[in-house]
Amino acid sequence: MLVLALDTATPTLVAGVARWSADQGVQVLAERALPSGNRHAELLTPTIREVLAEAGVRTRDLGALVVGLGPGPFTGLRVGIVTAAALGDVAGPVHGVCSLDAIGDGARSVVTDARRKEVHWAVYDADGQRTAGPGVDRPEDAPVTEPVVGDVRFAERLGRPVAAAEVTTAGLLRAAAPQFDRPPAPLEPLYLRRPDAVPPAARKAVSR
Amino acid sequence: MSRPLVLGFETSCDETGIGLVRGQTLLSDALATSMAEHERFGGVVPEIASRAHLEAMVPTVHKALSDAGVGLGDVDAIAVTAGPGLTGALLVGVAAAKAYALALDVPLYGVNHLAAHVAVDELEHGRLAEPSIAMLVSGGHSSLLLVPDLAQDVQELGRTIDDAAGEAFDKVARVLGLPFPGGPHIDRAATEGDPGSIAFPRGLTGPRDATYDFSFSGLKTAVARWVEARERAGEPVPVADVSAAFQEAVVDVLTAKAVRACRDHGVDHLVIGGGVAANSRLRALAQERCDAAGIVLRVPSRRLCTDNGAMVAALGSRLVEAGVAPSDVDLGADSSLPIEVVSR
Ligand SMILES: [Zn+2]
Repeated sequence: MLVLALDTATPTLVAGVARWSADQGVQVLAERALPSGNRHAELLTPTIREVLAEAGVRTRDLGALVVGLGPGPFTGLRVGIVTAAALGDVAGPVHGVCSLDAIGDGARSVVTDARRKEVHWAVYDADGQRTAGPGVDRPEDAPVTEPVVGDVRFAERLGRPVAAAEVTTAGLLRAAAPQFDRPPAPLEPLYLRRPDAVPPAARKAVSR
Repeated sequence: MSRPLVLGFETSCDETGIGLVRGQTLLSDALATSMAEHERFGGVVPEIASRAHLEAMVPTVHKALSDAGVGLGDVDAIAVTAGPGLTGALLVGVAAAKAYALALDVPLYGVNHLAAHVAVDELEHGRLAEPSIAMLVSGGHSSLLLVPDLAQDVQELGRTIDDAAGEAFDKVARVLGLPFPGGPHIDRAATEGDPGSIAFPRGLTGPRDATYDFSFSGLKTAVARWVEARERAGEPVPVADVSAAFQEAVVDVLTAKAVRACRDHGVDHLVIGGGVAANSRLRALAQERCDAAGIVLRVPSRRLCTDNGAMVAALGSRLVEAGVAPSDVDLGADSSLPIEVVSR
């Protein structure tokens, strides 16, 4: 089965095309990891077009799509999820995975930038199964254990070394593979934070 | 050969609007709104609106398709609001539209929300006379435009220098204890009131003021002061009279400036759009003044005045027929897209 994978939960936009089968696993045909910062909305669709062309795959040939559901900065995250949902509306089922599951492998903790001086984190056992998280905390409070992989800028505040690692196409497929024989669940973003919004207080007088 | 079928996406504020238009014919107009979720905040919360757009996107596309009795494979072109509006909200629509365009292999047009408010009138009243003057009034914008060619030449004559007209309605409604959004509630309360009972100020109508710009913030403050003085004196606030007098001050300025723009530019067609164009007093006074000045007034039905997907599809259809080049695949959103940029 041909699978398109994409993720916009971190500053690196990831899009890839892979062949997947139950016995042979994942074979990545084309992949891009663009340090696109906050330009995911502009660059995601062109990047998908590029990887499809490079892999010689048309959207209608896809058997499934995989998308990272976060956690990550909300605006960029939604760009990836709505793009996958729209492509999937034409091309095939879309499976959502926790984006952190697609970073590194084996026993590890994963940290990514949650902005506001906080990290998104998750912890995995030797089989690569998530045992805690995803969560959002100040680095000092994140219950991570070594080895830690992900965004190296947090090493100092974590008080531990962090090995650089990013979301990969292979990681997204590996995380989604157990779902491939099931109908996909609704694509619920892992926001982890409520919207910043407070109901207005009582009306303030304009005249003093 | 039949005219192109255009699918339009609108997500600039709190409405997820998906519309289908063939030529200048409206086929469907599906809408999901997060308005109820914003009510207790007294205004649209961008993050709540953006979350709602994501949830509503695919179901609303399907509603539009099934209402029109067509399939995705029938779509010839896609149009999407690229601005102005709330960035996070716009981006959900832009990303979805780009993905559908890629998957369906059809051209994509990123369009200006304000020009789309003008284009929607063509679905009900036929081809726009060009040039026309257009006045767009809503919770997010208040602009006077000269429209020589809706597909590629729209010029701004004036705009609000502070609050949008609809914002003033919301704020005054709050002062009067009426629910959000304020427009419909003030419109209703005003029917029982006397517009001449209180003389509220008309912003930017002095001889040295900008001819086509608007200002509603002074009016809003004047209403609040008047109401507070009543409250301090322990007297009841005549909600109907305040509503009527406030509403009259807004629509008096709007219609006077619109008619003036027509006269100054030798244009005899006026189009009014945007959510505030649903206001009954605005419609009545505009009609009266246009009749007196020999101007043909066009106002879309109330349903099409507020934000919707059909208006975006209508403008998209115009662009396709005018042979305007589609947008690049790296189209993004521009929260303050100037009106001069009809498509990008
Ligand atoms: Zn609008």
